[in-house]
Amino acid sequence: MNPFTHNSPAAAPKAPSVLCRSLATLIRVLPLVAISLLLALGSAGCSKKSDDVIKVGEFASLTGKEATFGTSSHEGTLLAIEELNATGGVLGKKIELITEDNLSKAGESGTVVTKLIDRDGVVAILGEVASSRSLEAAPICQRSQIPMISPSSTNPKVTETGDYIFRVCFIDPFQGTVMANFASKTLKAKKVAVFTDVKSDYSKGLAKYFKEGFTEAGGEISAELDFNGGDKDFKAQLTAIKTAAPDAVFVPGYYTDVALICIQAKQLGLNVPLFGGDGWESDDLIKIGKEAVEGNYFSTHYHPEVSSPKSKQFVEAYKKRFKNQDGSPKAPDAMAALGYDSAIILAEAMKRAGTTEGAKVRDALAAMKDFEGATGKTNINEKRDATKPAVILQVKGGVFKYVETISP
Amino acid sequence: MDWLQQLINGLAQGSIYALIALGYTMVYGVLRFINFAHSDVLMLGAFAAFFLAPVVGTILPPQSYLGAFIIVIVSAAICAAIGILIERLAYRPLRNRPKLTVLITAIGVSLLIEFTCQHNAVFGARTRPFPRLIPEHNFHLGNIVIANHDVLVPIVTAALLALLWLVVQRTKIGMAMRAVAFNPQAAALMGVNINRVISFTFGLGSALAAIAGILYAMRAPGIEPLMGIQPGLRAFIAAVLGGIGNLPGAALGGLLLGLLETFAGGIPGISNYRDGIAFAILIFILLFRPAGLLGEVKTEKV
Repeated sequence: MNPFTHNSPAAAPKAPSVLCRSLATLIRVLPLVAISLLLALGSAGCSKKSDDVIKVGEFASLTGKEATFGTSSHEGTLLAIEELNATGGVLGKKIELITEDNLSKAGESGTVVTKLIDRDGVVAILGEVASSRSLEAAPICQRSQIPMISPSSTNPKVTETGDYIFRVCFIDPFQGTVMANFASKTLKAKKVAVFTDVKSDYSKGLAKYFKEGFTEAGGEISAELDFNGGDKDFKAQLTAIKTAAPDAVFVPGYYTDVALICIQAKQLGLNVPLFGGDGWESDDLIKIGKEAVEGNYFSTHYHPEVSSPKSKQFVEAYKKRFKNQDGSPKAPDAMAALGYDSAIILAEAMKRAGTTEGAKVRDALAAMKDFEGATGKTNINEKRDATKPAVILQVKGGVFKYVETISP
Repeated sequence: MDWLQQLINGLAQGSIYALIALGYTMVYGVLRFINFAHSDVLMLGAFAAFFLAPVVGTILPPQSYLGAFIIVIVSAAICAAIGILIERLAYRPLRNRPKLTVLITAIGVSLLIEFTCQHNAVFGARTRPFPRLIPEHNFHLGNIVIANHDVLVPIVTAALLALLWLVVQRTKIGMAMRAVAFNPQAAALMGVNINRVISFTFGLGSALAAIAGILYAMRAPGIEPLMGIQPGLRAFIAAVLGGIGNLPGAALGGLLLGLLETFAGGIPGISNYRDGIAFAILIFILLFRPAGLLGEVKTEKV
């Protein structure tokens, strides 16, 4: 006889005693409920709207799979806000940046952005790098009529959500074409295999535009395989890619997955160049991938080597403000520069609108032309995207080396 | 020759699932409950090796088999202690409560470990590069590439399965484990120290998880606090497929799942359905053998 599932008939209670017992339980639980209610009310009471600051919300992947994206982007944004506040803020008020982490997880962004808008009462939202997560927040901002600026989400669908959603980077149809031309002209590839992360809107979009561009340029897609972001074993798909014998492999993924893909491709003897998009740009790509990522290429938004005076100024300020783990000055990457630009362009729009009211800031953002930022000139087009050149970098000797700039 | 390469890939991946599944199935066999924190012990094993590798590297030349062996043994010992501690603190106080309570607690322990480790003061959530523990060699047979750790993983799994089998069938503590699994009350009345047997079971299972975690990290050298979830889930299913509570069954289930996944993943066009295909086949198998491949159908006396 099993004592765990033993049910003695004597334990079956009569109806009145059930009532008594549930009442007793209720009385026992009541203080707990009351305390949690009080706590909830208390914290809500703390966030009363104050008029002496402008609250700006930011959501970022500060931890988790794409932690370096969120961290870089956040540091750029933070630097911009600190500089703005040091020179007197905007409209005579200081800006208060409220940052929320979405853990690089699907489903979190909606929650934190709703919290930023409803509880904190922010007037604008800045974020995110990953398109899938920006797409979670965009409908909420649109519905609440709060302007949202994504620093570096490149999937076209993000700004298609509505007229309150902007971005300060180029979009994937452009990036896909750039990489397609790069593959056929610079790499001289005839056959390319595409390895897509089906969990990510960014990866799927970029793969699609690359395939269109590459076949248009006369190339052939020799194999199409998929993975799920967060997988650790890619050998099954890479073996199939190797069998197709491509000249190069396009991997539009994020750096943690890409690093492991490069390692396992080398192990399988797949010795052709791998190349991808801006999702590759992270120091962790080199830290994890080591020599396996050497010689591979990717496109991104910016490189400190090619810079305007404004950009140099940003690089200096960033290096002074942020340090690597070993204490050396940290060089900004594209995510940091775009995070910076998203914040200063928002401040500029508020200045031009003369108010923080959503609709007016939106109109000012939509009219933004030739705005000088850390990544060069930003022109917001009629689709609320920025028209900007792309740069191609190569991993060489453990750093990202500048290869070329391609203008739209 | 594509399929031969996939066979090698699948065997290596499946052996890791098998090794994790052994831990699940052993704890289930003795205690009749699923230790969901098993997959997190796996992660802790990988992190233990991550922190031990530089220390061992100062004494022995880096990337030596002896060094790797020491790292694996010490990590396994650390994780065995953690496993025993988890049982002591979280599961033992609930041993005479309904099974569901313990199950929910196991999920709670799992989440507690995952989110504690994600905190910046602990490991942090970003992916860390896992150091190379053994030198890498690739053997080329025509078009086929066999990495030395692809060979190592199945060997280690087979050796550990054999060792486990010996412990359970041929030693005194193994006999005690079987007695507790068969009937804890009767075993206690016969003088078996149940607490000690259960602690031993958890320690052994956690040590296996640690070894599996290190092998897993060697194949995919990027480790983070949530790395155990995916292989843990697959191994749990492998254990059910093989017949939960049955050691060779768990190994068989793990191998089968690894092979299915690899072959499905290597087909262009449908590679993103690889889990779907693998799991559809598993459901099919379980329809015909509800107790798993090697499991026995038991009629429960009420």
